[in-house]
Amino acid sequence: MLALDAAKSAGASYADVRISRNRNQAISTRERRVQNLVDNETFGFGVRVLVEGAWGFAASRELTRDEVSRIARQAVAQARANRTTLVRPVTLAPVTPTPDGTWRGPARIDPFDVPIEEKVELLLAANAAALGVAGARFVNSQMFFLREEKTLATTDGTYVVQTIYRAQPSLNITAVASDNSDFQTRQSNDVQPMGKGYEHVLDAKLVENAPKWADEAVRKLSAKPVEVGRYDLVLHPSHLWLTIHESIAHPTELDRAMGYEANYAGTSFVAPPDKMLGTLKYGPEFMNIQGDRSQPGSLSACGWDDEGVRPDEFLIIKNGIFNDYQTTREQALWLDWWYSRQGREPRSHGCSYAQSWADVQFQRMPNVSLLPGEQNLSWDDLIAATDRGIAIVGDGSFSIDQQRYNAQFGGQVFYEIRGGKIVGMLKDVAYQLRTPEFWNSMDMIGGRDSYMLGGAFNDGKGQPSQSNAVSHGCVPARFRNVNVINTGRRA
Amino acid sequence: MSTLVSLLAPARYLSRAEAEALARRALSMATAEATRVSIQSGTRGNTRFAVNQISTAGDDFNTTITVRSLYGRRSASVTTNKLDDDGLRYAVETSERLAKLAPEDPEEMGELPPQQYAESQGWSDATAALEPDGRARAVRAITEATRAADLHGTGYLETTAGSFAVANSKGLFAYARGTGTALTTTVRTPDGSGSGWAGESHHDFSRLNPASIGERAIQKARLSANAVAIEPGRYTVVLEPTAVANLVQLLGFALNARNADEGRSFFSKPGGGNKIGMKIVDERVTIVSDPLDPEVPANTFTGEGLPTSRTIWIENGVVKNLSYDRFWAQKSGRPPVPFVGSLRMNGGSASMEEMIASTPRGILVTRFWYIRPVDPRTILYTGLTRDGTFLIENGRITKAIKNLRFNESPVFMLNNLEAMGAPVRVSASESGSPGLAISVPPIKVRDFTFTSLSDAV
Repeated sequence: MLALDAAKSAGASYADVRISRNRNQAISTRERRVQNLVDNETFGFGVRVLVEGAWGFAASRELTRDEVSRIARQAVAQARANRTTLVRPVTLAPVTPTPDGTWRGPARIDPFDVPIEEKVELLLAANAAALGVAGARFVNSQMFFLREEKTLATTDGTYVVQTIYRAQPSLNITAVASDNSDFQTRQSNDVQPMGKGYEHVLDAKLVENAPKWADEAVRKLSAKPVEVGRYDLVLHPSHLWLTIHESIAHPTELDRAMGYEANYAGTSFVAPPDKMLGTLKYGPEFMNIQGDRSQPGSLSACGWDDEGVRPDEFLIIKNGIFNDYQTTREQALWLDWWYSRQGREPRSHGCSYAQSWADVQFQRMPNVSLLPGEQNLSWDDLIAATDRGIAIVGDGSFSIDQQRYNAQFGGQVFYEIRGGKIVGMLKDVAYQLRTPEFWNSMDMIGGRDSYMLGGAFNDGKGQPSQSNAVSHGCVPARFRNVNVINTGRRA
Repeated sequence: MSTLVSLLAPARYLSRAEAEALARRALSMATAEATRVSIQSGTRGNTRFAVNQISTAGDDFNTTITVRSLYGRRSASVTTNKLDDDGLRYAVETSERLAKLAPEDPEEMGELPPQQYAESQGWSDATAALEPDGRARAVRAITEATRAADLHGTGYLETTAGSFAVANSKGLFAYARGTGTALTTTVRTPDGSGSGWAGESHHDFSRLNPASIGERAIQKARLSANAVAIEPGRYTVVLEPTAVANLVQLLGFALNARNADEGRSFFSKPGGGNKIGMKIVDERVTIVSDPLDPEVPANTFTGEGLPTSRTIWIENGVVKNLSYDRFWAQKSGRPPVPFVGSLRMNGGSASMEEMIASTPRGILVTRFWYIRPVDPRTILYTGLTRDGTFLIENGRITKAIKNLRFNESPVFMLNNLEAMGAPVRVSASESGSPGLAISVPPIKVRDFTFTSLSDAV
């Protein structure tokens, strides 16, 4: 409150202060040894102010009365310096304040209560299980945990305290040909990072799954190099989440569409908004893409975003047509015309986020998910329906242009499909796509029982670049006639 | 803390005496057989602008201390930014408790005794003294020009000023301070049909020229409008220095001896061992790291307190060194070779104009973007051209072309070298932060592989 008072008396029309204590732990091993055992804690606060339509922000780790006042005044001075270039003053969409809110992520077992020996033992046991497979020569394994306690107060009257958990166990197994002529890896990324506690590690069954992953790494050495050409692709949710992330979630960020991220993350082909909303046919009619921060165990879940908005569930793509952007309070008003046409007040979807107390909050993606189809089709059903294609499991290499048109994706394991059956393993596979054609080529999706959450801890955006943790739920899906290249070249 | 010059003075960091006092205080609490502390402190100032006005800006100041405790071959580390006695004691005690629980590490090398270090070169008062007003002035040098030109200027200016110290219970103490800054801008035509980029990075802010950065990006934005499509395939390319650095730094990151010896690297030798002594690229290529290079300085010691020194990685196309950590060096019977956080590639005498004039048909690339690994066996990466891609025909730039996706390796690229210009320091990080200090020449290369076309502007 001291920070808010200091900011107001220095001339701010709006201010918010975030105080955060962030503890994380990382354990990394290779083969039979622990490489690193690291416990980090960072504590501090950041003050954001709006002065005559310009933003200012300052942060410090010293939570003393003098420092809080000084930082608040520094943020105001910062805003005044920024005002010298002002063209369009910032205004904020209305928000319903929460005077006393608490929210806690769904961790059944706090990872910081689990003895370190237990974690180490589990990783080394998984390594041993992987190395028990002939040909698996190296294995790196890791666990990462985070618990963030975050308090937000705003001059609108919001005061909320939230506790966020994140957990990710992972293995990376390398098989090397006996004459050193080839090596192949298999990452365990059918286990995805989650907004959960230690129970996520136990559920991952690392020791039980390690031999399967190791075996796949070894089999990749003798897999058939893919022939370039056009194939039908059947993409597993452990892979497809990343394609959704890059080709749907990023281009529907409103700041990108308006040019605010042009210098780094880029702009968007889903622009300008007035030509896209309600018009752009992103995919087939059965394609529905939801934005939310509410799915239990998802990485983006929270009670309130970093400017005190309670996030809602909204359809970014509705029956194949582009329907809405991801927004903050500043941005929601830019779409006033679109919301008023639908008889709605312009309200933020609650997409404001900062990676730490030291960083200013801005628009970050919520969970962006492909909703299940009406028929309860499974992964196997999609393969059985495919005559000539490639099935891809796990995310791999990825790259996409600055407007999110042209992308290239690899994967972890590639299977050749012939006559509705998997007939063998392929390697050196990557597919290239142009976003609108790719999503419009989707002709089959799985049902509710095949839905899973993928995601990432390290989605980068903004300058300075900030990491956002986000989940993408999806079902397996089939895409017709996609361009596949062979990435294997001789050194 | 260092004296505050004014309310806005951003350059707060721990002096040598302050870092030493903090290290001594933490080490005095330690009871482990050996303890190391690493202290990082500093201020980062940043100003962003979008569509010709400042959008956000911030200043943050932080100090963190990492305590590493060692019992025999058991170790653990704890990092905190709570620097009062309670906070430090908690970090030391937690680190010691975790270390006792950790299994023995057969590769533990123990703490180093005191070492001698050269004075670090990477500090600039001009950078450390830059305040939000000064940053806003630099930004206005671009936005006023873009507004006058009826274009949209978007970009980013970051400055960092800080110090890094390592101390251990054997009496080792290392301290260095450093600054960094980068200013980049992407200028777009209001209709979205053209986009141009320019940027510079240095540890000394006075070496950046904001007005010139703006002018170059404006020119590229105008020239790049209404680009036409060409067929993807293998082309002769003239790469501006930023594009060269985007790819050459990837070669630098792969210079690891252990991965090579283990058979999982481009630098693995068929049949076993590594490629030290083997020619891998054109004989005109030499790549060096030198922490005392005044143009591309780097830290003079590692996180363990090991001194860094001038290291030749590739000389006349031949691999001279790979990086060896202390364990792998001992196992291999060699001295450790730390990776140094800077790179310099030598150049040649060709000018950009000459490289273009000697090209019957080729592509001029301003920079690459979203560069991600595809195949570590060949250091193969994919990514795209961006913000200024032009067709060269009969020795002249004739038109703007649509962006292209490449699948290419810096190794293949440096084997297909045709010509090199004079090296310059560039801003080569995708994010626009200062990134790796790197100096490279513009180059001309044949048979660069583009695999698809992008509609992105």
